Amino acid sequence: MVKLLLAHQKAKAVGPQDSEDQATRGHSYQCSLQQKMEKMARVTTALGSNTISGCTMFCHLDAPANAISVCRDAAQVVVAGRNIFKIYALEEEQFVEKLNLRVGRKPSLNFSCADVMWHQMDENLLATAATNGAVVTWNLGKPSRNKQDQLFTEHKRTVNKVCFHPTEVYMLLSGSQDGYMKCFDLRKKGSASTFSGQSESVRDVQFSIRDYFTFAASFENGNVQLWDIRRPDRYERMFTAHNGPVFCCDWHPEDRGWLATGGRDKMVKVWDITTNRAKEIHCVQTIASVARVKWRPERKYHLATCSMMVDHNIYVWDVRRPFIPFATFEEHKDVTTGIVWRHLHDPGFLLSGSKDSTLYQHKFKDASRPVDKANPEGLCFGLFGDLAFAAKESLISGGGDSNRKPYGGGGDRRYPIFFFKKPDLTEQFAHVSSALSVFETDLESSRMDWFVKTARRYLLSGKPFGELCDHNAKVAKELNRPQVATTWTMLRIMYSDPGSLTTATGISKGGSIPLMNSFNMKEIAAGGLGSEGRLDRAKGETRQDSTHLDPGNSLLNNNDENEETEGSEGPADYLFGDAELEDDDLYPMENENATAEEAEYILPQEAFPLRHEIMDNPSVPEHLQDKVDSPHVSGNEAETVCLTPIKSFSLISISQPLYESHLPASFFSPVVREMLQHYAEAGDVQMAVSVLIVLGDRIRKEVDEVTQEHWYTSYIDLLQRFKLWNVSNEVIKLSTSSAINCLNQTSTTLHINCSNCKRPMSNKGWICDRCHQCASICAVCHHVVKGLFVWCQGCSHGGHLEHIMNWLKSSSHCPAGCGHLCEYT
Amino acid sequence: MDISDGRCRWDGLGSRDTSTRKIAMENISQEVLSRAEKIGPISEEVIQPLHSPVRSPDDLNWMLARLLMLSKRCPYSDVREKCLSVLQNVQDIGVRIPKPRGHGPSRFIPEKEVLQVSKVNAKMQVIFEDAFAALGRLDNISLVMGFHPQYLESFLRTQHYLLQMDGPLSLHCRHYIGIMAAARHQCSNLVNLHVNDFLQVGGDPKWLNGLKDAPQKLQHLGELNKILAHRPWLVTKAHIEQLLKAEEHSWSLAELIHAVVLLTHYHSLASFTFGCGISPEIHCDGGHTFRPPSVSNYCACDIANGNGTPDEIQGNHVVSVRNLDEEEASQEEMATRFEREKTESMLVAAAEDEDSVPTRDVSRHFEDTSYGYKDFSRCGEHVPTFRAQDYSWEDHGYSLVNRLYPDVGQLLDEKFQIAYNLTYNTMAMHQDVDTSMLRRAIWNYIHCMFGIRYDDYDYGEINQLLDRSFKVYIKTMVCSPEKTTKRMYDSFWRQFKHSEKVHVNLLLMEARMQAELLYALRAITHYMT
Repeated sequence: MVKLLLAHQKAKAVGPQDSEDQATRGHSYQCSLQQKMEKMARVTTALGSNTISGCTMFCHLDAPANAISVCRDAAQVVVAGRNIFKIYALEEEQFVEKLNLRVGRKPSLNFSCADVMWHQMDENLLATAATNGAVVTWNLGKPSRNKQDQLFTEHKRTVNKVCFHPTEVYMLLSGSQDGYMKCFDLRKKGSASTFSGQSESVRDVQFSIRDYFTFAASFENGNVQLWDIRRPDRYERMFTAHNGPVFCCDWHPEDRGWLATGGRDKMVKVWDITTNRAKEIHCVQTIASVARVKWRPERKYHLATCSMMVDHNIYVWDVRRPFIPFATFEEHKDVTTGIVWRHLHDPGFLLSGSKDSTLYQHKFKDASRPVDKANPEGLCFGLFGDLAFAAKESLISGGGDSNRKPYGGGGDRRYPIFFFKKPDLTEQFAHVSSALSVFETDLESSRMDWFVKTARRYLLSGKPFGELCDHNAKVAKELNRPQVATTWTMLRIMYSDPGSLTTATGISKGGSIPLMNSFNMKEIAAGGLGSEGRLDRAKGETRQDSTHLDPGNSLLNNNDENEETEGSEGPADYLFGDAELEDDDLYPMENENATAEEAEYILPQEAFPLRHEIMDNPSVPEHLQDKVDSPHVSGNEAETVCLTPIKSFSLISISQPLYESHLPASFFSPVVREMLQHYAEAGDVQMAVSVLIVLGDRIRKEVDEVTQEHWYTSYIDLLQRFKLWNVSNEVIKLSTSSAINCLNQTSTTLHINCSNCKRPMSNKGWICDRCHQCASICAVCHHVVKGLFVWCQGCSHGGHLEHIMNWLKSSSHCPAGCGHLCEYT
Repeated sequence: MDISDGRCRWDGLGSRDTSTRKIAMENISQEVLSRAEKIGPISEEVIQPLHSPVRSPDDLNWMLARLLMLSKRCPYSDVREKCLSVLQNVQDIGVRIPKPRGHGPSRFIPEKEVLQVSKVNAKMQVIFEDAFAALGRLDNISLVMGFHPQYLESFLRTQHYLLQMDGPLSLHCRHYIGIMAAARHQCSNLVNLHVNDFLQVGGDPKWLNGLKDAPQKLQHLGELNKILAHRPWLVTKAHIEQLLKAEEHSWSLAELIHAVVLLTHYHSLASFTFGCGISPEIHCDGGHTFRPPSVSNYCACDIANGNGTPDEIQGNHVVSVRNLDEEEASQEEMATRFEREKTESMLVAAAEDEDSVPTRDVSRHFEDTSYGYKDFSRCGEHVPTFRAQDYSWEDHGYSLVNRLYPDVGQLLDEKFQIAYNLTYNTMAMHQDVDTSMLRRAIWNYIHCMFGIRYDDYDYGEINQLLDRSFKVYIKTMVCSPEKTTKRMYDSFWRQFKHSEKVHVNLLLMEARMQAELLYALRAITHYMT
């Protein structure tokens, strides 16, 4: 106790000198002499408070705390809440209860504290804000048990905050829910002056530490006001700091122009108010509304925050690094309600009280550092397939050359770029320099041209199956993708009815098959290896994989071998022969598809108009198809092979008895399924999806819904990245999975601006709210245009497409009469 | 096909574009007339022997009722006129047409006092058109709220967001929860309204047979619904846990918040409906008549299966009042006043007990019919007073709602603020009056009935400001709204204008909603920590 007292006296002696010193510190940093003095001062303060040492510790309170405050000498802390008002001494290893201020037979509501503050000049003086609107001061020097000193009941609503003047002993400020702030002179019985915020409830009031007359007040409506204590009639300045209530504010202890505010909008903002307009200089986004904010002593950029809801942790932020907390204290089990740094000049200890009825002292060294757990690597693809990779330098260079090799392999170039941040002495973060490596991919191999071109040129629907396959094979071949081309050709052979090929399509296609094949094979055989060399590695693997994958299937296997080994004439003959060989097997097996094929071939005219109808009104065909019990389950997006269902049905029923099935209908399906999976895994999801669509019902049931959906989404995503909107739309439409289909039904909203006042039209309908005029009126008929609107780029008049067309047939002037000579092309 | 077609047709009427409306109207009138001609003058067939809960939109009666509604309530004059003429034509054919029953949107307020759809200023017209476009109707509630356009706008925006915009629950679930909540107060108005909506958004008609036919998940919500509606202070963390525990039929937090907001919204809206004596919607059951009132066809067993819980609670309520009084009174004079108010509010008996057996088929939607409001102070010995300073809407509730159901926190916040701060600085015949004291008294009195206490409020003020008849009215409306009578409505504040009484109702409704929300959200917060 003696020691304590001594220390206290010392601290007192240092007091004024210290504050003076701080004042000078702000102005003359360059002066080394000054700095030395400052250092000395700091040493003395540190000495003066040599009781500050300890560890992370806590004690149980009897009730939830609402606020805490610490005595100037950092030896005692007061905890206040609805049902608690106690003083604890901070000892080396534990909290010791010193005094219970909640005395008396019947505790009055005046004891129900929303806030408490310990005077920083007079260690005997405390003030509390009560939830019933009372402001109470307490004098610890009183001999009686009841230390209550003065009671001010001037506020009508809950008092949210009390604040002593930092240097003036008798000045106390309070802010209340009723929208008023009152300044009390403790020598008098009432308030010295009343400040009306003219707005909503006051949430926090804080005297400026440096500016004798200034205080800041934060409000429930998001405003912050700055007042001069001498002028109660009007605030000096006001600015809107947050969206929603500003729960707290805190002046920077060193920089007089800085004010930190925290609000319900989950943000902490640091304002520079030395300029004409308060300027936001830092902003920290937290994950919950900010209940308290406190600058960390001796660290210019650090502040501690705690939240009012959901989040129980205390964070210490470096405002220059707003994305990740500098340190976190995670001890509390319920929301933290009060935080205070233990000593004015010691950044090492933080005290906190919480709704979980505990009081903690956190030692800064024990804090967890989220930065350490953060993932320091970043990876990103560039527009042209380049890959950028940033990581801690130590991670990359640490491995040495052996580590570097794999990055640089395969002819890729690598740019190591190193970033060094200017070392900032005040910054507490571990010095991180990161290396950024950019991997440029080989232009040729990574070109996605083939993807775009393929996507554009592939036909997925609208023609008979055989033709589609042929067309796609041709496209693939022209793009130097022989394997894909062969796959298409094979698909056609596998799933087409040979009979129909030779008979029905005899003239148009009969010749094209062998021709296509031989051409195809020749090309491969001739330049086979050369073209393969041009393929990127993945491609090469693909090919190998495919040969490995398909050994079970003689047909595929044969073809692959052909493709790679045999001469130009051979494979064509062989392939064709192969197909013919299996004709007998194929023919009966494929009868279902074959008839379907035939049916479609006969009825193209019927099929097409139907599909147009489908597009116009999606609900109608659903009924239609339901009625005829079509095999297409969700049939409104017609497959290539989609026919008029009635017809095909009848045909099937007729044709079925005509043929004997020898092989199960799904003979090829496992192979094709494997092939699709292989393509998808090798990264060519385009092929997988295209085949899936073209084959339609033949294969759809073989692949499970989820996989299909996955393929579709990846392909659509790719298409959209390449801005192939039309193709992606087509794919969505043709997909049979309902999850994909509904993609087309979302975000179909179109936002339009009024043509008169250029404002967005918020309402439904055609009349603008603002100017009450119809938007987009046809210049010819003066009615609202609700479909295609065509307008002249010269005079910007226009209207219904038809009207304008007709008008310009007979006249060359603008229909609006503006005198412009419009042209319609 | 017909159904979707039919909906499109009615939707067309909500368009702002005259010609679209005209086309839609034309279609409807043709349809109606052709149907009417089919039936011909044999009007007997039109009378349905039994009311069936599921009525297809093809039903001629349904269409006629709808036309009648449109002729009265559509914000567009062209539609109103056309509807009238169609009805006239139908009558000429010889088919019986419906007549609106009752007088105007409210039974308590003379029709001429309420805003007429045909005579509104531009601003109201826009609000009405918006509402009409969103729901295809303009309900009586909106019309009565039309006394206070500023509030109405916020109310409709919130309701629209809750029912039709982004949210974790599916559309039909939302309406079903609305039905559940309104049914708790036997508010057949709201139930009928939302049964229609429920079917329109594709809800399963089977659910309407009662909660037992709804999915398990919704059944679980029944308990929370019951408690929130009548004794919200009993909601605990355990209830929330029960709903959220990971099982097949569990709720997600976001869904639960949505559901809770919906429940509280409809509980309080039921209060408003009864408090202002809102008449049944014209196109719903009971809003029009062309047949003898149908005999209710609910199953008796539905009512019977109330789980018998209330009896045990009934027993011990007398004792605790005194206990509580003593303990609290020893604290301070203020506390005594809060208690006095609380006990007084209890003595302000919910007026003459009319027979409260639920009529009509509303009772199918909830179980345990005998569970009702119990004065807070009677249960006081177990439940500590809720301190507003420890869990307030502004600080805590808002953050929680906004976190789990974005934007709704903002909407509700605005709605509460508008309701709380709404004033025209008039009272009865007096001008330039600061009504803030009175508004605060009403607000706090309601919260007091739910056991929410403000430390900084002198509950003595309530006694000075609110007279007994007014208290009776408030208490009835908030706690058991179905017992509100016209006599009660008339007997308080005799000199006041109807618009002011509606204003009071808005205040009551919002205060009640906030109180329920606070309890529910506090329980959720406890669950989360």
